[in-house]
Amino acid sequence: MQATTQALPHAAPHEAHHEEAGFWSQYIFSTDHKVIGLQYGITALGFLFFGFCLMLMMRWQIAHPGEPVPLVGPWLASSLGKMAVNGVVSPDLYNSFGAMHGTIMVFLAIVPLAFAAFGNYLVPLQIGAPDMAFPRVNMASYQFYVLGGVIMFFSFFIPGGAAQAGWTSYPPLALAIPTDGQTFWLIGMVFLITSSLLGAVNFIATVIQLRAPGMTWMRLPFFVWAQFVTAFLLLLAFPPLEAAGVMQLMDKVAHTSFFLPTGLAPVGQLANVSGGGSPLLWQHLFWFLAHPEVYVLILPAMGIVAEIIANNTRKPIWGYKSLVYAVLTIGFLSFIVWAHHMYLTGMGTRIATFFQTTTMIISIPSVIILTCMFISLWGGSIRFNTPMLFVMAFLPMFGIGGLTGLPLGFSSSDLHLHDTYYVIAHFHYIVAPGTIFALFAGIYYWFPKATGRMMSEFWGKVHFWTSLIFMNLIFQPMFAQGMAGMLRRMADGGANYSAAKVPGAIGGLSQGMLGLHTYILWAAVGLGLAQIPFIINFFWSISNGRPTNSDNPWQATTLEWQTPTPPPHGNFAQVPVVYRGPYEYSVPGHATDFTPQNQPG
Amino acid sequence: MEIPYTVQPRPDTGLYNAKVGIWLFLASEVMLFGALFSSYILLRVGAPEGYWPHGWLNVPVGTCNTLVLITSSITTVMAWASLKMNQFNRFKFYHACTICLALAFVCIKSYEYHDKFTHYEIILNNGHILDGHLRESTPDHVVISGHAVEDPKELYDLHAVKNPPKHEEITVLRSDIKKMERYGPWHNTYLAIYFTLTGLHALHVIGGALVIGFLWGPGSKLWHTDPERFTNRIEISGLFWHFVDLVWIFLFPVLYLL
Repeated sequence: MQATTQALPHAAPHEAHHEEAGFWSQYIFSTDHKVIGLQYGITALGFLFFGFCLMLMMRWQIAHPGEPVPLVGPWLASSLGKMAVNGVVSPDLYNSFGAMHGTIMVFLAIVPLAFAAFGNYLVPLQIGAPDMAFPRVNMASYQFYVLGGVIMFFSFFIPGGAAQAGWTSYPPLALAIPTDGQTFWLIGMVFLITSSLLGAVNFIATVIQLRAPGMTWMRLPFFVWAQFVTAFLLLLAFPPLEAAGVMQLMDKVAHTSFFLPTGLAPVGQLANVSGGGSPLLWQHLFWFLAHPEVYVLILPAMGIVAEIIANNTRKPIWGYKSLVYAVLTIGFLSFIVWAHHMYLTGMGTRIATFFQTTTMIISIPSVIILTCMFISLWGGSIRFNTPMLFVMAFLPMFGIGGLTGLPLGFSSSDLHLHDTYYVIAHFHYIVAPGTIFALFAGIYYWFPKATGRMMSEFWGKVHFWTSLIFMNLIFQPMFAQGMAGMLRRMADGGANYSAAKVPGAIGGLSQGMLGLHTYILWAAVGLGLAQIPFIINFFWSISNGRPTNSDNPWQATTLEWQTPTPPPHGNFAQVPVVYRGPYEYSVPGHATDFTPQNQPG
Repeated sequence: MEIPYTVQPRPDTGLYNAKVGIWLFLASEVMLFGALFSSYILLRVGAPEGYWPHGWLNVPVGTCNTLVLITSSITTVMAWASLKMNQFNRFKFYHACTICLALAFVCIKSYEYHDKFTHYEIILNNGHILDGHLRESTPDHVVISGHAVEDPKELYDLHAVKNPPKHEEITVLRSDIKKMERYGPWHNTYLAIYFTLTGLHALHVIGGALVIGFLWGPGSKLWHTDPERFTNRIEISGLFWHFVDLVWIFLFPVLYLL
């Protein structure tokens, strides 16, 4: 073990060559998986912040329809013109923000952060590889991602603004809106899909080919398994969306009718198209991607959670093999549940029954994973540091998100809940206090490996407790709103459907339900403020944090901690040899309470 | 520490890195074209009775193009085999053939595209329909070489037509025309999927030809310094080329014959 943590000899030709690299080749056009991982991480955190700001403006508009947005209103008015007269978020702009909030959060923030950033940095280290299998492809993947992000970002400033048809871009609506936002969206998506395709190929090839000697499949850390399955989901589920994107682009640019039915009359006048297309075709192709995409969002988070739980309970993770088989089962099943997003399209009851059944079955491996994590805590002497706190919150939050999904999986209860705030609350519970908490945990946990310094525990805990409280204050009321029948994607937050506006109407929204908007708005502002300690802590600690006392400050077993800090180009001084499984904590009779994977004997 | 298995296969998988990579990439390509073929099925099944075109494409030309691609697959294998037998000049010859065949395929495909883009359906004010290739177009009249029908259905199933109508030069005044439309992708969903599928396939052909062209030209210097690695590159690009060929083997019957 000690041999691999020595610094690389500077006489080694490869290292010597690398030292001459200038700023551009070292930080911008780098082929080193760790630099690319950090590039992905920083860019994705930027997009996460941007997507959050869009959401804040939307929450203001919902709570105070037609009132200028405070602070940024004048800037909105000057940069977006007609879309934001006097700084008021117009319904068009609201739709735009809604569509782009979803797109940015899913495709530009969470997936790049969870899969590309953590995966790039950690997977080669954890399997004992010098780099990814295809370093230049890896660099290209990041560049395509940036290009896609830039296209998405600039689409806000074109005439008519960004895409307005939701992140799902259902036609004919997406095609009927006469602005170019949708075209930009489609082109941006093609770049993002290319990027994740290159990334996925690279990850799978790396795990298959570059595992260190002795790193058998059942000795892989669970994080690597999670990333491996995620890569397969991206590899196989994204191309159908690419095909659908190409077809929608053809509809938009070459005036074909893939998704436009015969007799379509968007503005009371027959559209000048051939017709004969099928709007449902888009929904099938879209959800064929977008359901596996849900697991792309959650599986890497589960991987991070497993690592941190094992480390901080000082115990092997409970049921490693069950976890592996469960994650493989999820990967497979996630390809045959997609139409549970489409119960309202009038599909036959038999098809609905099939998709209900598969949806219920896929909850079994998810529950297995969560149960294994909970049982892992049993009897452990738990270290409650910041990463562990976030992980401990992940478990119940993901539980709430998952269990509230069951009523959506049944077609009969989905009829009522479909397209309401209930759905929003459900999937945000999975992604926000679920995945994002796991990602925060991962940042606090691996920060010392990447920088050699610890983040502040005190401010980490402030960040954790405030985020936890505000997250729940934001999303818990949405369950109530949704069950009361409040639809999503309404620029006025449903004021037009209120009992006050339409007296006597059945199911009109009460003032109480509408009043929750104000309350959610301030909770969201609170959540934004709660991130300030994190942002300051993050940047301050890079150069001023407490230096780590060793290469392995958490006393972990996996290989990434058995390298110098930060790991040099090429990662290991010599090929590490793996002798044991990933979670050998508190082995009876052993001198220390952790046994690194590369320790012989 | 250098990246292992870039050239030599890893003992337990029996593969070198790039081979794993290309197979994974091809798996995603299967999903890409699979989605388009599924869309084809859905659009075709959803078309009203009698309104899905049959026999709109020139089968002999398509067959010719199929043979061109199959031949190019053979020359690709021969090129790789030549390198394995250490015969660099034979490699050069075979891959020169591959590149020429790829160009031939693209040329034939462009001819077919051109044929569709000069083909017009003209709906007259009296309800009759003219169908044929444009010969002359002026501000007050157009001349096409084709035939006239009364029922639009007659234009769809050309397999069912026993006696092909005689094509003749028809002159029609612009003032008599209600609607005039080319056989472009916007004409109907069949042509939309035809142009999308074959267009995407043609992009793959062009991309593959560029890569093979690079490896044939400047890229072939690698042969003199690292022949094993160069042979691997030829194998990888060859696998891609075979896949492109295979896609066409599915495209041809689906679009031309069915």
